[in-house]
Amino acid sequence: MARKFLSGDEAFAEGIRLAKPDVISAYPITPQTIVVERLSEMVENGSLDSEFIHVESEHSALSCAMGASASGVRAFTATSSQGLLYMAECLYYASGGRFPIVMMNANRSTALPWNIYGDQRDSLSQLDSGWIQAYAENAQEALDLALMSFRIAEHRDVSTPFMINLDGFILTHTYEEVNIPDRADADRFLEPYETENRLDLNEPKNMAFSAGPDYNYIFKYKEHQGMLGAVPVIKETEEKFAEIFGRKYTGLTDTYLTEDADYIIITLGTIAGLCRETADRLRAEGKKAGVVRIRYMRPFPADEIAEAVKNAKAVAVLEKDISFGNEGAVFTNVNSALLTAGVKIPSYNFIGGLGGRNISASDIEEIFEKTENGTEKVTFIGIGVDEK
Amino acid sequence: MKPYLREKTSFGFTEVPKDTSFEAGYLVTKNSGWRSIRPVVCIDRCVGCMQCYLYCPDGVISIENKKAVIDYDFCKGCGICSKICRPGAVKMEAEK
Repeated sequence: MARKFLSGDEAFAEGIRLAKPDVISAYPITPQTIVVERLSEMVENGSLDSEFIHVESEHSALSCAMGASASGVRAFTATSSQGLLYMAECLYYASGGRFPIVMMNANRSTALPWNIYGDQRDSLSQLDSGWIQAYAENAQEALDLALMSFRIAEHRDVSTPFMINLDGFILTHTYEEVNIPDRADADRFLEPYETENRLDLNEPKNMAFSAGPDYNYIFKYKEHQGMLGAVPVIKETEEKFAEIFGRKYTGLTDTYLTEDADYIIITLGTIAGLCRETADRLRAEGKKAGVVRIRYMRPFPADEIAEAVKNAKAVAVLEKDISFGNEGAVFTNVNSALLTAGVKIPSYNFIGGLGGRNISASDIEEIFEKTENGTEKVTFIGIGVDEK
Repeated sequence: MKPYLREKTSFGFTEVPKDTSFEAGYLVTKNSGWRSIRPVVCIDRCVGCMQCYLYCPDGVISIENKKAVIDYDFCKGCGICSKICRPGAVKMEAEK
């Protein structure tokens, strides 16, 4: 095992190197670019034996990955923001075709106004595209997810593509010390991809066909089952990961001091770290604060969230997203989970970080304070009354 | 090779694959209902050049004994075979 000082993008590329995809097809876009730059260097210097295909667009990048996956090999692509939106059509093709492609998405705002900084409106707009969605908090988790994602996506009970999200710049471009697993351990963890869902000269198949109303419905049901099937597979994969590499992960959510917390922030991505630090500071003042970090938005951890916050007095959902005219998509999902589980506590939505705007520790303190005292359903943090 | 029409046209839940891939080389239904004109091959004029076979957008023309044969179960009647046929062996006739 090597220890290196790497950015989130570089760490992620190391994880992909260890997963050995046979085909990498990608188009560069800030802040994802470093991932594909590092991978193309690895292919060039021989440390990664992959076919690296330079495509002319993101639509082509995912189409190409699908073609590779349909030939029965492991495929990887990476994108961000407008690139993800440009390939949106192909997202549904890949999930419907049950091609277990892994894609890294650097979370970045969507135009207009043009902006390259981080928010989560790109990936959250694609929650219904049938892709597993994981959100990394740090570079180590990004690398580990890169390795785990193939094992989960390719499992026969799942056969579902996997999108790993890294907060643009905050995670993709900041440096941390990262443990890089050895090749032998990575090979022990992740076996080569085998599938019957592929082009085969000896056993010709009709692939990517059409299906009328009756059968289409069955395919969509089976797609839903595949996504739900990821839940036990994620658990099993994390156990195997801990056994081989010694690092433990906690499934669909990551909870912090929620057992006795009165007020809990539910969030996702890198901002969870600052939420935990703020919770510590508030606890030192005698306020029982807690944090739930959502690691997977799909499959959605409805039961886990409800269980974690059931004894709280109120919850806040902090997200870098807004569904204009309603509320943040994460808030909608969380409220549905709480209502269904019979958890009747006030919930408030805090929107922040759009277009990369900083969310400060004092912003988070204010969120805890407003959650305790009650506030509007949806609050854009940092926008004053006089600005409305 | 002409695809065969499979007799079994109804599938239960467990028979439907989860992947959109399934046994190839057969079709489950005829598809030519909207054809208003049909190509008819004049065997004497056909020289077996295979141009119609190459140009047919639906792949419904096969060459048997060096003559064009049209599969009317799937021909949509577009008339491209007739247009491409230099010896004038394919004539379009109205469907009755």
